[in-house]
Amino acid sequence: MIGRKMMGENMSRPGAGTGANTGIERRNFLKFSVAASGGLLIGFRFPGISMLASAQQALATAFMPNAFVRIGTDERVTVIVNHSEMGQGVYTSLPMLLAEELDADWTKVGFEPAPVDPKYNHPAFGMQMTGGSSSVWSGLEQFRQAGAAARAMLVAAAAQQWNVDATSCRAESGAVFHGSNDKLTYGQLVGAAAKLTPPAHVQLKDPKTFKLIGKPIKRLDTPEKLNGKAVFGIDVKLLGMLTAVIARPPIFGAKMKSFDDSRARSMPGVRKIVAVPAGVAVIADSFWQAKMARDALRVEWDEGSMASFSTAQMMQDFRERAKSPGTSVRKDGDAAAALSNAAKKIEAVYEAPYLSHLMMEPLNCVVDLRADSCEVWTGSQFQTVDRANAAKVAGLPNEKVQLHTTFLGGGFGRRANPQSDFVVEAVHVAKAAGAPVKVIWTREDDMAGGWYRPAFLHAIEGGVDASGNAIGWRSRSVGQSIMTGTPFAAMMQGKDYDPASVEGIDDLPYAIPNVTVESHQAEVNVPVQWLRSVGHSHTAFAVECFVDELASLAQKDPYQFRRELLLKQPRYLGVLDLAAQKAGWDKPLPNGMGRGIAVHFAFGSYSAHVAEVSVTDGKIRVHRMVCAIDCGQYVNPGIIAAQTEGGAIFGASAALFQELTFENGRLQQTNFHTFPVMRMNECPQIETYIVENNEKPGGIGEPGVPCAAPAIANAVFAVTGKRIRRLPIRLTEAV
Amino acid sequence: MLGFSVNGKRVDLDVDPSTPLLWVIREHLGLTGTKYGCGMAQCGACTVHINGEAVRSCVAPASRASGKAVTTIEGLSPDLSNPLQRAWLEEDVPQCGYCQSGQLMSAAVLLREKPSPTDDDIDEAMTGNICRCGTYPRIRRAIHRAAEMVAKGGAQ
Repeated sequence: MIGRKMMGENMSRPGAGTGANTGIERRNFLKFSVAASGGLLIGFRFPGISMLASAQQALATAFMPNAFVRIGTDERVTVIVNHSEMGQGVYTSLPMLLAEELDADWTKVGFEPAPVDPKYNHPAFGMQMTGGSSSVWSGLEQFRQAGAAARAMLVAAAAQQWNVDATSCRAESGAVFHGSNDKLTYGQLVGAAAKLTPPAHVQLKDPKTFKLIGKPIKRLDTPEKLNGKAVFGIDVKLLGMLTAVIARPPIFGAKMKSFDDSRARSMPGVRKIVAVPAGVAVIADSFWQAKMARDALRVEWDEGSMASFSTAQMMQDFRERAKSPGTSVRKDGDAAAALSNAAKKIEAVYEAPYLSHLMMEPLNCVVDLRADSCEVWTGSQFQTVDRANAAKVAGLPNEKVQLHTTFLGGGFGRRANPQSDFVVEAVHVAKAAGAPVKVIWTREDDMAGGWYRPAFLHAIEGGVDASGNAIGWRSRSVGQSIMTGTPFAAMMQGKDYDPASVEGIDDLPYAIPNVTVESHQAEVNVPVQWLRSVGHSHTAFAVECFVDELASLAQKDPYQFRRELLLKQPRYLGVLDLAAQKAGWDKPLPNGMGRGIAVHFAFGSYSAHVAEVSVTDGKIRVHRMVCAIDCGQYVNPGIIAAQTEGGAIFGASAALFQELTFENGRLQQTNFHTFPVMRMNECPQIETYIVENNEKPGGIGEPGVPCAAPAIANAVFAVTGKRIRRLPIRLTEAV
Repeated sequence: MLGFSVNGKRVDLDVDPSTPLLWVIREHLGLTGTKYGCGMAQCGACTVHINGEAVRSCVAPASRASGKAVTTIEGLSPDLSNPLQRAWLEEDVPQCGYCQSGQLMSAAVLLREKPSPTDDDIDEAMTGNICRCGTYPRIRRAIHRAAEMVAKGGAQ
């Protein structure tokens, strides 16, 4: 029960030690009253307030036929979701799958995050985690089967009660019917159904009869995100909990030599100041006290080998590296010969910087460590790994560690850390604290804390024949691997390069007869990992900008040039045509404006964007983005549109504004003012069009990101006649 | 002692008055709907009202609230009946949801000042609130929708 203990402890600490005499009681009263009324106050349910409601329900009689659903005598259907809700809508789309087969009354459906247990492992990845835009496609069978099994048992229970054949009964909207008079609700059947054995085999519905799947059902988690009730990791509060802020190394790999806490330790609220592997932890009664004392520490660091690190020098090294052949990733025909015979050829070097995930909720983790147990509350994308890493530090077996997944205030991959950095350090701090403790990273800590999207360079050479047909392509990618040296090196599948470094180039879809793709792995001591759309976040920029450059070389329209090279790729063509048509590709734009197009395949889905851009007085403004998405069979088109919009904005933010740079080993950016995110006044009009088909379902959280940067960069070319080869886009660097 | 009202209720607190109001609201009053995002008035996640004015509580010392009326997201309406909350539901605005308290509190001041805001008004009022998930197009639509609800009446 994620919520029970938390709520209970909240309730038992009315204003403890604060002198407050209203807030906490009032808040709990609100929770209580809302939960007790089931949200009927305002005519719709409040599923996520379920923290308390579900704890109450668990005490009442409930039917739990499998790990994914619990039905109460109160008719409430709670879907236990094994993927983390970080904005992508899994607390709605996965319950939809289950509720569809269960024939549940959707207004009674709620959700609950799954505890850590092998039965909640990702069916494809073998561990409990959220990533790779995989939650819906991997949960499709799992959740439908679970719903169908529960329905079969409820129907069987009703049939038994009426002494009729189960096949003569039907289920609809949370009840079983027989003939025109007999009706038993699921809540009424809970007791009888719980005595039955789950069926070995169930029949899934014919998609033609779907009532929920395929519909733009509103998200179940919206209400509690509009009144402050949704509990994110940073909101968790336990009885007697302390708060810690850590003085962290200013340079990657720096080691603490000594610290002077003479000022800090006498500051108000400070309980303990202690060295931990992550740095020096200041443990205090409240965040502000901990932060003020942390800032008052004087720490001497052994700066280590990264003290002279500079990204400018690193990119120069990458450029040199790209001049020599790398590990072969793909070789079709003879690119060298084709390029030497080309009527016209062009070379371009594309560069993309380190990026921070920059979730709105900075990293944090709450740990309650006892002699023989450990409880962790955090917004995790990596439950299996985080629990195991926490257990190791706690010196406890895995099963003595409970990890409670809260809402995630954004994830984007950062909360799936191979070393569980933000969890492990919190367990270390808890050991020292001797009390439950919440570690909070300041925004600056979060940004400087590493695990970035790696910086990449792609050097591409291409050529066309005298008729303008593309005949040769050679690309060399240089950058760090996100896999090497992690427990996920196995994902490299025995290859001598990291597939995540070249994904999106290695599957170049264009009909170019001679293609060579090579990879150089750079060794840099900056911690890197997956960021929303991973390798595609930089490869799509390079590939789609270069294809535009080839189109210019061939003196062809960039859309038509792509079309000709994608004639045998119907799904690429589908999104490309849809985006071009909806954008009105051939319609003229006012002076000073231009369009750019890009198409890409990632995470099982095809995506194309057309961007409309103006350049005025050296300032780029994106006015409109038309997005076409083909993710095969889909579950919730409302969520698909939201993810596509969000993906386009995420990609546009990176394209226009974002770059992490290092000088003398120190990160130059600190907060939103130096690492900007697109804001309301900069946000274009975004349109999303979904391709309707029956293809295998693909992902949706990430596929909307990759096309944004190249579509915008190509539009800038359309306006200015200058090529963008480095992100973020700077007109002064255009060539 | 520092005294002010929060969502209509009087509170008296024994806190350092230089503590940012954000942390007093979150930690001392237990009202965690108001969020920490940047600590330097860059992102707007911490937006609350002091006497009806939108304030970035992460940089406002608690003393600024002394004797005044503070409204947080928890006080926007007791039951999601505020037109903005209803419009946010209709447009299915939130994704991760972390920034939405601040977005709503900024939008509430906008709608009070400009009951029929233009897109430019929305840009001006909402540009201080960052959403990393990219819900801006829906926030814009929801603000227009809320304005229509208010104009038609019956929304209050």
